[in-house]
Amino acid sequence: MSGTPIDRLARATPPSLARRVRGLSDRAIAWLFVGPSIVLLLAVNIFPLIWTINLSFTNFKANRLRDVEYIGLRNYQRILTDSGTWESMQATAHFLFWTIFFQVLIGFALAYLINKKFKGNNLWTTIIVLPMMLSPAVVGNFWTFLYQPQIGLFNYVVEFFSGVDASSFSMIGSTHLAPWAIVIVDTWMWTPFVMLICLAGLRSIPDSIYEAAECDRASKWRQFWTLTVPMVLPFLMLAVLFRGIENFKMFDLVVQLTGGGPGSLTTLTSIDLKREAFEKWRTGYASAYAVILFVTVFGLASIYVKALNKVKER
Amino acid sequence: MKVSKLLMATALTAVTTAGATTASADELTLCWAAWDPANALVELSKDFESQSGIKMNFEFVPWPNFADRMLNELNSGGKLCDLLIGDSQWIGGAAENGNYVKLNDFFAQEGISMDDFIPATVTGYAEWPKGTPNYWALPAYADVVGWTYRKDWFERPELQTEFKEKYGYDLGIPSSLEHLKDIAEFFQGREIDGNTVYGAAIYTERGSEGITMGVTNALYNYGFEYQNPNKPYDLEGYVNSPGAVAGLEFYKELYDVGAPPGSSNWYMSEDIDAYKSGQVALQMNFAFIWPGVNADPNVGGDHTGYFANPPGPAGQFAQLGGQGISVVANTDNMEGALAYIKWFAQGDVQARWTDMGGASAMRSVVEAPGFADAQPFNQAFLDSMAIVKDFWAEPSYASLLLPMQGRVHEYVIAGQGTAQEALDGLVQDWIEVFEDEGLR
Repeated sequence: MSGTPIDRLARATPPSLARRVRGLSDRAIAWLFVGPSIVLLLAVNIFPLIWTINLSFTNFKANRLRDVEYIGLRNYQRILTDSGTWESMQATAHFLFWTIFFQVLIGFALAYLINKKFKGNNLWTTIIVLPMMLSPAVVGNFWTFLYQPQIGLFNYVVEFFSGVDASSFSMIGSTHLAPWAIVIVDTWMWTPFVMLICLAGLRSIPDSIYEAAECDRASKWRQFWTLTVPMVLPFLMLAVLFRGIENFKMFDLVVQLTGGGPGSLTTLTSIDLKREAFEKWRTGYASAYAVILFVTVFGLASIYVKALNKVKER
Repeated sequence: MKVSKLLMATALTAVTTAGATTASADELTLCWAAWDPANALVELSKDFESQSGIKMNFEFVPWPNFADRMLNELNSGGKLCDLLIGDSQWIGGAAENGNYVKLNDFFAQEGISMDDFIPATVTGYAEWPKGTPNYWALPAYADVVGWTYRKDWFERPELQTEFKEKYGYDLGIPSSLEHLKDIAEFFQGREIDGNTVYGAAIYTERGSEGITMGVTNALYNYGFEYQNPNKPYDLEGYVNSPGAVAGLEFYKELYDVGAPPGSSNWYMSEDIDAYKSGQVALQMNFAFIWPGVNADPNVGGDHTGYFANPPGPAGQFAQLGGQGISVVANTDNMEGALAYIKWFAQGDVQARWTDMGGASAMRSVVEAPGFADAQPFNQAFLDSMAIVKDFWAEPSYASLLLPMQGRVHEYVIAGQGTAQEALDGLVQDWIEVFEDEGLR
């Protein structure tokens, strides 16, 4: 056998198939290749989306398939005027803002340190990224033990540093502390992810730029603010986008930790939506809820991506 | 040629897959929660297998996921289960949605009488609509919320003296909920044998049904009613009556003065762990855990006593637990499933069921001479089963449960608002659900 792989493929094509394919235009062949992907995309993404929008205007309940009526915008109206929904939105906003804030701050700082050449650099990198390799359900479960007032390590660490009695406060039972309890665990788990992205950004900056800055007698502080930060910024923004989208749909970790409590203080929108859809079985209502969340995330993400592109073009 | 081979392979795969997911006529799959009684049922069912030649498969789901998993299975028309031991509150939905087979004709044909079972379990596990002779299940596992206490601690003379001085009456099984709160408060933060112990492990769980299953034991006894007894779905003044408000306030006080720190999201397993590890003097839990407590090397035997939920100002009631066994309407082996029910309803099988770690609801078993004294917890079980009340069993049960979880947790654990506001809010939530259902 000889020739290029294309020649060999051509020879291997059965004559009957070759006769049929011969004469197809480039556009037709392109459609043949792209077609299956488009069909798949329509079937698993677009159709469910359209169907969900359709259901959002009905009183459909998936566990009771009768008496389905179109009720116009009533589901949307009920969701947007329900104080519980706004409380969930508020809890989600708190969770999103603070997790991203801490993860970016600590993640960037860790990346900056790890980027320096020192002994055991690789070992530390491996140790730092360990939490993000764990299952969120497992993390949630063992942090419930860490947060236990009687036996929890976290409370003892707080007692050690602050002198506050370990059994005098409950991270997941207190209304003041529970929203922070979930922020701490998510930050512990996902800061390494932000660190890795920042590290990639830091390592993409050529040494020659710093050498040129040194020649111009720029101080380390000035190099940091005028070279490092602007060049890592697109990476940081990408990390914020990823973490923002991920945390908007955060479910397992929080359910395992607090079950949405105390009261509804840590009931994020994803938990609220799941209860509407698969516990109360208010499918139409939950569809409207999902559409509202989709529009919110899509809108915010679009604005953010535009800003990201502008930063990259600078 | 190649295409035909491909088609044949596809067809074979389809047939194999279908075979793997559909029970054959000589097999049955029984679905239940993953807990000790389920293991006992596996052993018990070997007798059925040998008698009938039908192979039994079991699908046990851990409690926290049990409702989600099984209700999804029923609602999606799945064929996983031929028989389902489902929670008492599901019966309305499962009956109205055609998920369970109505068993009246079968019971009549086989001579199975509901009079042979504890009346509360028939109402709770088998009937829909409630109070009517329409049966969708056979009472399978009788259960109720009750209390365990550290008898060995209660009997210590120094503690008895101190308690009497402080509260003016003897330390013992509480004669009222108020006394129970006193006892919990008395033990809270106390040093016993060098360890700090706490008052009472109570249900506070937020995610599924925990706090509702706990708080109802206080609400019922202070005067809470689900609805106007003379006018169905009339809630105002019953759900949020002054008595109900007092009951909710009581539960919050019990949590504040007597529950271990950090017990803000506890249900069955957390309560068991706290009790068995010697952290608490009192434990609220379903009676199914009592055999395990009794056998525990640290707290079992003479260390522990059992009692029914104490009375409050409006009477003495306890939250019903337990389940009935139903035939899933989608089964491909209806004959086999009904044969299992017939076998399970026999008196001698029910007696063995209790002996092996189950909890029969059959009167011939629980009213048999010697039953009350056969185990140290049996009398408390009988006392508790005589005072049961259950949560809504409406088709919209989950929609009624979720707001109650939220409202009660918000007040009791998060300490937000007042008991009156929590129950007023609950009335509005429930009215909305019933209006959605077209019942109001």
